[in-house]
Amino acid sequence: MKTSARVAYIALISCVAVLAAVGIGAIVLVILGADVVQTYKVILTEPLKDLFGITEVLVRAVPLILVALGIAVSFRAGILNIGAEGQIQMGIISATAVALAWPALPKSTLVPLILLAGAAGGALWASIAGYLRAKLGVNEILSTVMLNYIAAQLYGYLLRGPMIDPAELQTGSGTPQSVRLPKSAWIDRIIPGTRLHWGIVLALVLAIFIYILLWRTTSGFKLRAAGASAKAARYGGINVESCLFFAMVLAGAFAGLAGAVEVTAVHRRAIEGISSGYGFSGIVVALFGGLHPGGIIPAALFFGVLLVGTDMTQRILSIPANMVSVLQGAVILSIISAKMVINDPYAREKFARRLSRFRGHPGGYEVKR
Amino acid sequence: MGPTRPTREKIKELRVEGITKRFPGIVACDSVDLTIGENEILALVGENGAGKTTLMNILMGLYQPDVGKIFINGRPVQFKGPADAFAAGIGMVHQHFMLVPNMTVAENVALGLKESHTHLRLDLSGVKKRIAEISERYKLPVQPDAYVWQLSVGEQQRVELIKTLCFGARFLILDEPTSALTPQETDDLIVLLRRMASDMSIIFISHKLAEVTALSDKVAILRRGRVVFKGTTAGQTAAGLATLMTGHEVVLPRNEGVDGCGEERLVVQDLCVKSDRGFLALDGVGFSVRSGEILGLAGVSGNGQKELAEALAGLRRVEKGRVSLMGRDLTNRSPREIIDAGLGYIPEDRTNEGIVSSFSIKENLILKDFASPKFSHGIFIKSQEEARNAASLQERFDIRCSSLNSAAGSLSGGNIQKVILARELAREPKALIAVYPTRGLDMGAEEFIHTRLLELRAKGVAIFLISEELDELMNLCDRIAVIFKGKILDILAGREATRPALGLLMAGIRPEAADRAAEPGEKA
Ligand SMILES: Nc1ncnc2c1ncn2[C@@H]1O[C@H](COP(=O)(O)OP(=O)(O)O)[C@@H](O)[C@H]1O
Ligand SMILES: [Mg+2]
Repeated sequence: MKTSARVAYIALISCVAVLAAVGIGAIVLVILGADVVQTYKVILTEPLKDLFGITEVLVRAVPLILVALGIAVSFRAGILNIGAEGQIQMGIISATAVALAWPALPKSTLVPLILLAGAAGGALWASIAGYLRAKLGVNEILSTVMLNYIAAQLYGYLLRGPMIDPAELQTGSGTPQSVRLPKSAWIDRIIPGTRLHWGIVLALVLAIFIYILLWRTTSGFKLRAAGASAKAARYGGINVESCLFFAMVLAGAFAGLAGAVEVTAVHRRAIEGISSGYGFSGIVVALFGGLHPGGIIPAALFFGVLLVGTDMTQRILSIPANMVSVLQGAVILSIISAKMVINDPYAREKFARRLSRFRGHPGGYEVKR
Repeated sequence: MGPTRPTREKIKELRVEGITKRFPGIVACDSVDLTIGENEILALVGENGAGKTTLMNILMGLYQPDVGKIFINGRPVQFKGPADAFAAGIGMVHQHFMLVPNMTVAENVALGLKESHTHLRLDLSGVKKRIAEISERYKLPVQPDAYVWQLSVGEQQRVELIKTLCFGARFLILDEPTSALTPQETDDLIVLLRRMASDMSIIFISHKLAEVTALSDKVAILRRGRVVFKGTTAGQTAAGLATLMTGHEVVLPRNEGVDGCGEERLVVQDLCVKSDRGFLALDGVGFSVRSGEILGLAGVSGNGQKELAEALAGLRRVEKGRVSLMGRDLTNRSPREIIDAGLGYIPEDRTNEGIVSSFSIKENLILKDFASPKFSHGIFIKSQEEARNAASLQERFDIRCSSLNSAAGSLSGGNIQKVILARELAREPKALIAVYPTRGLDMGAEEFIHTRLLELRAKGVAIFLISEELDELMNLCDRIAVIFKGKILDILAGREATRPALGLLMAGIRPEAADRAAEPGEKA
């Protein structure tokens, strides 16, 4: 199949999925008694109306891109990482710890060190699930979900105990959060007055890196082969187990990095809820983006708009921001259904027939896998 | 027009007229006219990609023809979907089985039988009664309570047949029913179909000309979407049909060389290997293959062939014994080490093991070598080299595809096998294991593969050919070993091997005469 046809095909899936998701969302809105058209208008246009909205969309897109890139690698290699949420939290913990341990280091050393620490934290956490899968065949969906719970508890404990800001204890307010990071640990903002930070550049560069890794390198070849057909990969002399492990660790590193970026560029201290579901939304973004960096970036921007937009509906129309979860769920369902329909050759044939009747000449066009 | 109500009317004649179906870049069916009468068996033959499946899918309402009409008993009909075709009494057993493995036979039948699950109730006993009736009537033994995954390929085929008959088919279409069957199962199927023909009309698709002559009254040959021959089967020769099918004369090559003379390359001693289910699949197997020799392994499939091939390739643990190539011990080494030692392997399951089906043809051609200095600078893959390699192999091995970037899984079976063969041979192996290399392929592809194997033999490669086609083995092999229940019963010289002798050994019967051990390769 030609590239242009493939792009058209992916675009078609996405549009159908979006329409279906919008439909499901509309049903929920009607039940809530909201004005459907007005709500969608706010969600989709309000964030793009001014500089503040646009920069906020980009700020949301950064962790989504980072997490989704890792997810894409792991899914392509045939190991389903559902544990990004926990890996993000472990990344935040390690990044914060490093930032607070060496506040005197110059920025040019400290920031890279923090980012590496974040990636290492996520990678280490993911490596547990990776090891269990590669060595003992433990289902990674199960282990990563369980590791999410453990990470959440650990994170909560550290912020309430060992890592809590001493000031919180003195004033007695007891908000679970760490000390503010030293300035030398900050990733700077690009546009003053907004929260848009240099992390976006890092995310874009890493997107290119992942593209090259997957489609230009021998490691990428191995990973994709292991994921596409473990049996054929083994036959071809590829060590499938080590591919699974490596892909899981890489996915964890990207999630941990996302956490580190969030804490040093946006919040500047570890607080509860930093990950705010990016670990799960990242999976949706990765799937919606076709597990390809070129699709993940627009998908992350789209979800950034949704996240900011639903925040705004909460303020403007007092519709709960949880609507975004409904829409996400709807998007997952519709992507999966749309893909199944479009992959079915007989459905394709029927579609092509309708299309050709509509265009008035017989037979012609066929969408191929 | 078009019956959507089920009818019990006999199908006295089914006729298609001027059926044309185009796919992008190809005319799959080109003004096809065919007529099948009552109780007739029509054999439809043609190379892979000739358009046979497409034509049958049109008959089943799965595809709509661009041009052309279908008539039943002289009346035009139009099938909008398979339900319409079923209603008219036409049933099809597809090339790839459509059964749910973790359901029982009866449940699989019930799945397509609307009247068995009305009102939220599943009438499984009614379905079983119907299965029993049909299995009685056509002498088609099945166990309705067995799970499909427990059944052999031949048994699954019977389930497909029963399923189709339970839906009320009075006109049967069988798309390459024998391509996955063992020769024994094939013979059983042919007897069965002969019996069924007293009751219905059958379209039987096959590449194997022996089956066509054994079964059919009439034969139609399709080549590149066109009917190039229609006539009675009686009087046709296999060679004549093959020529019509491919458009050129097909002569399967024979091994005319003098007996192997090189040094021992692949040596297997006292090999013991377990099957997936944990019992001993190979029990003390030993043989050696010399340079420039083709050693065949005959046997009814399921006697340890799969396990043997996998153990040699490093894909299955060796419990006991030794495997060596060119004097180097390869027992329980990783597949990578064995590949690097120079062992080529054409696996049995070509679509799931031999290729990564979602990868491009180009990528599949370097599946074993992407990390070698030829195709990579350590980290990066040399994509020009990859493309150059693919283009040259495409030409050398006549791989027919619209583009080398298209997914290898979209190719026909014969072309997939050419991709595998191209990759394995381009690596210049010291020894090659080929497992059922021509199963399910048409004669053109078979000729091609046999020629390549003999060329390889002439170059001094040691070839271990696992097959159940006795003709293939007797044509190609210098020696033929026979495996039965995980043991090698005997090794015969290729020239001395006869069908009856091999047949007896394959059934596990060792004639006394075999004691004189015709094993020129084994020195005392
Ligand atoms: N859905 C499809 N889309 C595009 N091309 C197809 C499709 N189905 C079959 N073809 C092409 O039509 C030709 C005939 O295919 P088929 O009927 O499957 O051949 P056969 O069954 O004789 O091997 C082949 O070249 C095949 O690639
Ligand atoms: Mg076919």
